[in-house]
Amino acid sequence: MKGWMGKFKVLSLFGLVALFLSACGKENLTALDPKGYGSDKSMDLIILPTVIMSFVLVIVMVLLVLALVKFRKKKGREDYIPKQVEGNKTLETVWTIIPILLLIIIAVPTVIYEFDLADDASASDHLNINVTGNQYWWHFDYEGLDIQTSQDVYIPVNSKVYFNMKSSDVIHSFWVPTLSGKLDVNPENENTFYIDAYEEGVYWGKCAEFCGPSHSLMDFKVVVVSQEEFEQWVADMQNFDPETAEPASDAAAQGRELFQQNNCIGCHAIGSSPAAVGPNLTNFGDRTKLAGVEEMTKEKLIEWIVNPELIKPGNKMTGAYPEVSKEDAALIAEYLLQLKPSEITIESAGGLK
Amino acid sequence: MSTATAQKTSFAAVLWDYLTTVDHKKIGKLYIYGGGFFFLLGGLEAMLIRIQLIKPENDFLSAGLYNEMITMHGTTMIFFAAMPLLLGLMNAVMPLQIGARDVAFPFVNALGFWLFFLGGIMLNVSWFTGAPDAGWTAYAPLSTTSPGHGVDYYILGLQISGAGTLMGGINFLVTIVNMRAPGMTYMRMPLFTWTTFVVSVLILFAFPALTVGLFLLMFDRMFGSAFFDVALGGNSIIWQHLFWIFGHPEVYILILPAFGIFSEIFATFSKKRLFGYTAMVFATILIAFLGFMVWAHHMFTVGMGPVANSIFAIATMAIAVPTGIKIFNWLLTLWGGNITINSAMLWSLAFIPSFTIGGMTGIMVATSVADYQYHDTYFVIAHFHYVIVGGVVFGIMAALHYWWPIMFRRVLNEKLGKWAFWNFFIGFHLTFFIQHFLGLMGMPRRYWVFLENQGLDTGNLISTIGAFFMAIGVIIFLYNAIYSWIKEEPAPQDPWDGRTLEWAVASPTPHYNFKQLPLVRGLDPLWIEKMEGNGKMTPAEPVGEIHMPNGSILPFLMSVGFFIAGFGFIYQTVTDVAYIFLFGGMGLALACMLIRSLKDDHGYHITKEELEKEAD
Repeated sequence: MKGWMGKFKVLSLFGLVALFLSACGKENLTALDPKGYGSDKSMDLIILPTVIMSFVLVIVMVLLVLALVKFRKKKGREDYIPKQVEGNKTLETVWTIIPILLLIIIAVPTVIYEFDLADDASASDHLNINVTGNQYWWHFDYEGLDIQTSQDVYIPVNSKVYFNMKSSDVIHSFWVPTLSGKLDVNPENENTFYIDAYEEGVYWGKCAEFCGPSHSLMDFKVVVVSQEEFEQWVADMQNFDPETAEPASDAAAQGRELFQQNNCIGCHAIGSSPAAVGPNLTNFGDRTKLAGVEEMTKEKLIEWIVNPELIKPGNKMTGAYPEVSKEDAALIAEYLLQLKPSEITIESAGGLK
Repeated sequence: MSTATAQKTSFAAVLWDYLTTVDHKKIGKLYIYGGGFFFLLGGLEAMLIRIQLIKPENDFLSAGLYNEMITMHGTTMIFFAAMPLLLGLMNAVMPLQIGARDVAFPFVNALGFWLFFLGGIMLNVSWFTGAPDAGWTAYAPLSTTSPGHGVDYYILGLQISGAGTLMGGINFLVTIVNMRAPGMTYMRMPLFTWTTFVVSVLILFAFPALTVGLFLLMFDRMFGSAFFDVALGGNSIIWQHLFWIFGHPEVYILILPAFGIFSEIFATFSKKRLFGYTAMVFATILIAFLGFMVWAHHMFTVGMGPVANSIFAIATMAIAVPTGIKIFNWLLTLWGGNITINSAMLWSLAFIPSFTIGGMTGIMVATSVADYQYHDTYFVIAHFHYVIVGGVVFGIMAALHYWWPIMFRRVLNEKLGKWAFWNFFIGFHLTFFIQHFLGLMGMPRRYWVFLENQGLDTGNLISTIGAFFMAIGVIIFLYNAIYSWIKEEPAPQDPWDGRTLEWAVASPTPHYNFKQLPLVRGLDPLWIEKMEGNGKMTPAEPVGEIHMPNGSILPFLMSVGFFIAGFGFIYQTVTDVAYIFLFGGMGLALACMLIRSLKDDHGYHITKEELEKEAD
C-alpha cells in the first residue's frame, strides 16, 4: 500500500512539474521564462502586482463566501428584516487607505523601471540596428556595418543592442517575448529600444500590432551568439560578394540567371544594398523558416515562388512579377538555398526550438 | 388614443404602434430587441472565431474573413449589443425610478433608437459587400488603406448610431435634472438612476471625440484628405488618441450602469439599505472623472516616452481605489442581511469575483513596464472580457431577470434561469481564464492562425470548449424568455419586495406610469412606506389631467433618410448614381426635420374622468 502511495506521489510530482513547465509555454517564445534585461524587468512587475492583487482577491472571496454562508435566508427567519445600516466611516476609510498604499507599492517600481528601460543615453556606444516593418516581413540594417538581413537578426549576447524602428506601411509591433517587451513600429517616427540578451540561442519574434491578413504570419527570429561568433558573422557577411561568389552547382548557376532575368533582383537584394522593396536574401540558405513561418524545404520554396498568396495572403509579392514555371522556380530555389555566406547560422546557435 | 390602441392587436397595428411610439417603455423594449438581435450576431461571430482557433493552423476561415469576423465581433458587441441593451434598461426603468411620466424629449428618444438600429443594420449590410477588416479600433493607416468599402460601412454605421446615442445621453440628463418626482432629491436617487446620470455625462463628452475621429477617417477615405497619411504630412497616431479619448470613457459608459444594477439587486435581495450610499455615488462620479484621464494606457507601446507612460500608469491605477470602495460596499450590503439567492442574485454574486479578477488584471496592465509584455496579446483579450462579460454582460443578465416583471409582465422561470447561469458562468471562466496564460506564452491578439508546436494548442482548445458552454447558456436564456411568456402567469406588481419607485407602479404599467406623482420621503421610498405600514406611495398631487406626447413616424423616417444617405456617401467614390441616394436621403431627413419644426404638436391630455374610468 505504502509503495503504491509512494509511486503515486512521485508520479503526481512529475505530473505537476510537467504541467508547470508546459504552463510556462514554449522555450524562447514565452514571456514567462525571461532571458533578457527587458523581459526580466517586465517579469518583476508581472509578479509584484499579481501577488498583491491575489491577496486582495482572496480577501474579497473570503468576505463573499462568509456573507453568503452566514446571512443566507434561513428557515423560520423568512420575514426577518435586517438592520438598515447606512454605512461605517471607519471601515470605508480603511478600504480607501489600504488600496492607496498597495498601489503606491506597485507604482514606485513601475516608474523607476519605466525610466530605466527608456534610457538611450549610451545608444551610440553600442550596436545599432535600423528595423523596418513591412507587410509582412522585417528588414534589419546594421548601422555602420554595411550589412542588411531580413527575417533573421543576429546579435551578440550580453550587450545592449539598440533597435531603431520605423514602418514602411501600416503600424507593426516588434515583440521578442523571451528577451523584451514590445514596441510599436510606426510610419511617422523612429522608436528606439534595446535588447540585452542573457543567453545564446534562437528566439521567436512576433508582430503584435494588427497589420492585415497575414499579421499572424509575420514572425522573425533573433539569433543571439557570442561576441566572437558575432564578429565572425559580420566579417563573413561583409566579405560576401554575390557577383564573385560561385554558385554551388550548375542548377544553382542557372537559377542565378533566372533570378536576374525575372528581375527578382529588382526587389530582393543579395549582398549589401540599400534597396529593400522585398526581403534581403543574402543569407537565405541559413534561414530555417520560409516567409517566417513555413518549414524551409525546396518544395515549399517552389510553391512560394509560383504562388506566394497560398502561403501569405495579402503579401506584396503576389502579382508583382511575371509568371514563373515550376521548373524555373526549382532552379531559382536551388540558387537561393545555397546562399550561405557564414558558418554562424541558426543551427550553430543551437537551432530553432 | 390610449383605450383605442389597446383594442387593435393585428400585426400591422402592433408594427405601426412600435414604429411611431414615443413611450419610453416601448422604446426600452425596442432597444432590448435590437440590442439582443445584435448580441446574437456578435455571439455567432465569436463562435466562428473560437472554432477557427480550436486547433493550430486551422483553415476553417480564410485570413481575410477572419479579420472581418474579429472587427465585426468587437464593433457589434460594444456599440450595438452592450450599449443598446443598457440604454434599453435605462429607458424602461429610470423614468419609473424617479417618478416621471416619460423622458424629457420623447420624440428625440424615438429618434435615438431608430438611428442606433439603422446604424447597426448599415454596418451589417457590409457582410454582403465585404465587411470592415481593420479591427474594431480601426487604427490608421490600416483602416485608411483597407481596400473595398468595409471600413466605409464601419464609419457610416458608427456615425449614424453614435448620433443616436448622443441624443439618448442628453435626453437622460435633462430628464433626471428636471423630471424627478416631488421629494426625489439627488441624494435620494437610486444608484441605477445615478449611474444613468453619470453615464449620460460621459456620453456627452466622449462621443464627440469619436464623431470627430470618424469624420477625419471618412474625409481621408472618401474625399482625399490626408489627416492620417504620413506621406502627405498627416499623423496616424492622432487617430489612436481620438479613438481612445472616446474609447476609454466608453468602457465606463458600459460598466457604470452595471454597477448601478448590482447596487439595486444586492440591496433588494439582502433586504438591506445599500451600504455607504454616499460613498457609492461619489465613487461613481470619481470613476467617471478619472475615466477621461487615462486613455493613453491603451498606447503604452506606441513610444510616447517614459514621462507620459508613467503619468498614465499612475492615473490608471488610481481608478482602482473608487472601484475597490464599491466592491467592499457591496460585500457589506450583503453582510448582516437576509439574503435570497435567485437567478438575478446569482448573476450579481458571480459578478463580484469575476469582476475583481478583471480589476486585478486591470492593475497588472496599468503597470506600464509589464504591459510591454501584455499589450496586444491574449492577456489583454482575457482582461477586457473579464471586465465586459464578467461586469457588463453579467449586469445585463441580472437586470433582465430583475426587471423582466416590469418590462414583460412575467417572472422568468427560476430553474431555467439557473441552468442558463451555470452554463454561461462556467463557460465564461473556461474560455477566458486560460487566455491570460496564452498571452504571456507568446500569442498576440488578432492572430488568424497560431502555429503548431508553440505550446498554445491545449489552451486554445479549452477556450473554444468554454465558448460552447457560453452559447448553450444564452440559448437556454432565450428559451426561458419564450417559455415564461407562454407558460407563466402574469407577474404581480412587486414580486421581489422591492425598495424603489419602479415597484410602486401598477402592473401592467399604464402608459402614463403614475396616475398621481408619488411623494418621495427618502432613499428607497417604497421601502420607507412599507416599513411605516402604508404599503404604497403617498400621492403628491390630486388626480388631474395628464399631458402626454403624441406618437410620430417622423423619427423613423428621419433615420431612414440618414440610412439611405449613408449608402450615398459610401458609393459616391465609385459612381455618380450614388449622389441620388446621398441627396435623396439627406432630403428626406431634412424634410422630416422641417415638418417637425413647423408643425405644432402639443400632445394630448388624459382627462380626470378617463383616469378614473381606467382605474375601475
